[in-house]
Amino acid sequence: MRKIRSNVEKRRLQGVVIISTLASLSFLYFGILKPGKEATTFGFVLNNEWVIIKEWVISSQTGARIFSIISLLASAIAIAALKKGRSISVPVAVASFGILMSFLTWIASGKFIPFTGLLQGGLLLSIPLIFGAMSGLVCERSGVINIAIEGQLLASAFVSAVVASLTGLSWWGLLAAPFAGAAISFLLATFAIKFSVDQVILGFVINVLVIGLTDFLYKKLLIPFQNTWNSPPTFEVIPIPILSKIPVVGPILFTHTIVVYLMFVIVSGVTFTLYKTKWGLRTRAVGEHPTAADTVGIDVNKLRFRNVMIAGFIAGVGGAFYTVGSVGAFGKEMTAGAGFIALAALIFGKWSPIGALFAALLFGFATNLQSTLSIIGVAIPSEFMLMVPYIATIIAVTGLVGRVRAPAADGIPYRRGGAH
Amino acid sequence: MSLELRGITKTFGSFTANDSIDLKVETGQIHAILGENGAGKSTLMNIVYGLLKADSGEILIDGKVVDISNPSDALNVGIGMVHQHFMLIPVFTVAENIMLGHEKSSKLRVLDLDQARAAIRAISEDFGLQVDPDAIVETLPVGIQQKVEIIKALIYEAKVLILDEPTAVLTPQETDELLNTMRDLKNKGTSIIFITHKLREVRAVADQITIIRRGKVVAAVSPETSEGELASMMVGRAVDLSPEKYQHEMGGAILEVKNLTVRDALGAAIVKGVNFHVNAGEVLAVAGVQGNGQSELARALINLEDHIEGSILLDGEEIRGASIKDSLHAGIAFIPESRELDGVIGSFSIAENLILDLHELSPYSKGINLSAKVMQSEAEKRVAEFDIRTQSILDAVSTLSGGNKQKVVIARELSRPIKVLVASQPTRGLDVGSIEFVHERILAERDAGRGVILFSTELDEVIALADRIAVMYRGEILGIVDSKVTREELGLLMAGVTSAKVGAE
Repeated sequence: MRKIRSNVEKRRLQGVVIISTLASLSFLYFGILKPGKEATTFGFVLNNEWVIIKEWVISSQTGARIFSIISLLASAIAIAALKKGRSISVPVAVASFGILMSFLTWIASGKFIPFTGLLQGGLLLSIPLIFGAMSGLVCERSGVINIAIEGQLLASAFVSAVVASLTGLSWWGLLAAPFAGAAISFLLATFAIKFSVDQVILGFVINVLVIGLTDFLYKKLLIPFQNTWNSPPTFEVIPIPILSKIPVVGPILFTHTIVVYLMFVIVSGVTFTLYKTKWGLRTRAVGEHPTAADTVGIDVNKLRFRNVMIAGFIAGVGGAFYTVGSVGAFGKEMTAGAGFIALAALIFGKWSPIGALFAALLFGFATNLQSTLSIIGVAIPSEFMLMVPYIATIIAVTGLVGRVRAPAADGIPYRRGGAH
Repeated sequence: MSLELRGITKTFGSFTANDSIDLKVETGQIHAILGENGAGKSTLMNIVYGLLKADSGEILIDGKVVDISNPSDALNVGIGMVHQHFMLIPVFTVAENIMLGHEKSSKLRVLDLDQARAAIRAISEDFGLQVDPDAIVETLPVGIQQKVEIIKALIYEAKVLILDEPTAVLTPQETDELLNTMRDLKNKGTSIIFITHKLREVRAVADQITIIRRGKVVAAVSPETSEGELASMMVGRAVDLSPEKYQHEMGGAILEVKNLTVRDALGAAIVKGVNFHVNAGEVLAVAGVQGNGQSELARALINLEDHIEGSILLDGEEIRGASIKDSLHAGIAFIPESRELDGVIGSFSIAENLILDLHELSPYSKGINLSAKVMQSEAEKRVAEFDIRTQSILDAVSTLSGGNKQKVVIARELSRPIKVLVASQPTRGLDVGSIEFVHERILAERDAGRGVILFSTELDEVIALADRIAVMYRGEILGIVDSKVTREELGLLMAGVTSAKVGAE
């Protein structure tokens, strides 16, 4: 026990050391050695908020220094918290934010950063990741590895586009999508649970199957008959009364389509049911120690089957976001690996709904940051920017989030009398 | 409530695990089922509990036939079971574990943990089983976890409680406590089925004893039966409970350990500068309560630890810092503490496991090829010599019983030219027959003039086999005493008390 505890402490210490080093480096480099010469402008306006904060102009050098100092202070607080054995997550988050802002004011010297738009776009990019991560979570907490998130997203994006096009109603697209996700889940559940097929291989095969199938139908149906098959209507943005008028926060959180609001509902729903209800207790039990669950009369495989199906429905909503929730038309392999990023978010978030939510938001934000920076034309190649979230993941997983433990029975098929 | 089994038969392929077993457990009695590992006790209980389905036979509760096809059925008719491997979810709290499967929810379908806590406290008080409902199970000692299991069964209002090898994982004190709990439960009217192979415990608490051998009931006897008789009925032949140890001439020191310190990954000393030697033809037992550095010391002797300081002289030659392979070939045989983890590779065949140490040498390999023929003929020889019970030498080792796995380890380790045998907890979890075999082998090595270091937490074993006994306490050797020492003196040393009578060497 002693060994484990001190290893965790050691890792936290490493994490804090890395963060403070980065903060000092950012102060030195952005604030002193290579300061930006011109002013940086942050824009905050997207639409009709009550109070208009138009923009905020700050000298690149001063800004970088201020944010670095905030970051250094937060690191100092983190070190103090570590010594007292308290949680370091808040100061570490503030320190990371400071480093990021310092970097932004430095790199956008002489340029304009649409700050609100950056965050809003980040949220939108992370929507399918969040749905995907919740799908993975519901599966994996009950002990079934879900590599097929990608396939679930892609299939449901396809189906929702087609159904919405044919009916002319985006609602039908949104309603049909979860069933497409569930159909993929049915494949996964049948082979993984009933026939004990290796779940990682199975998930990959399902993804390849869905990619092949949608590519084929896209080529033979959606391209030639685009007007009937692939021109779905999209959802309108519904600003939430009052809340959407709050400056900065309003446009980021409360000016969205129904699919985004569904994300909030599903994340809170999964969080509540997983930790507070009978279903959640049993799901976690089956994912940790299925034999123990069986001995108190829980039908392990039935519960797992049901959870995999629920996961399919959840991923399906995320798939609908790609088409009726945003751009409308279906595009070839339009999910582009989001299912795997969702899986990474699930692991980074330590298999907890809130953790996965924040991990997915981080990935979405980093992707959007990368495209924003390449639009305003900064010197760093955008490919490097794309790597940042994953480097951050590695640092975070090794240093900050502590021990990551998957559900103990994740990926192991349950057979009575088989597991000793 | 009484429980009766009639003609229960269960086969796995060609293997008959239970052969028309009849058994009757009377109300408010402790009924012990005694048998070696692999005799079919656990299979029988899994059938009673609905985890396995019998091929034929019936189960009667209070004289009425009941159908039990899954654990829920068993719970519903009042049968509870404490499994050998606990059925607790390590990351859950006690309350969560206990409510699992029959959760009560309050408004809005929220789990009602308060109700569970109250129910646990009520049972705790009724039966004197103190546990904290909010403790996380994996942080609790094994003895407490077992109490949680018992509470779990009682909360379902179990009238017949099955305890499957409950003492296998307990310390002597925890065992005594469990035996008391069993008596309390019995006095409150609960019938108990007590599965075990430990004779002393059976005689201490059982009202009735049924002995099972190779899937059949061979005897139903009273607890007055002597340990020797019970053992021979269990094994099917006369059993020698205390092996004969002949006096003989010892040679000089074959292994000398000087100032040996072993550190963990963080640099803390687990073994603190120990000194001892083993003579040729001698068994030096290292006794002590689990976790006082014995495991690390044993591993250090073949350089299996990462941070070792000091000196290990094998027949005068320094082997500290040598590779593990060189240590083995220098003449050390090693029986590791956990045969499942370190002793065998479960998915490999018996033949392969038998030559793990020699596979790269002639005649087992030629160039880059392994010679299957030599391997198999050698394996056939070993299997016969060490009496490894298997259908084929090509079967995976994981299919063997614990005793036979240990025989594979021993057969492999003793088939090289060796000078010293290091045996770490060699009989842990084994049945009487296998223990007897291991003891004989250890003494045979001693009589053949090899040095033996036996690490054991079982006092009986230490006293029976050792010529000298070293007692470890907190990483140090507190004293090395003659094997004629009394149990009390040894017990004191193991608790860290050094008296004037026992002088350190």
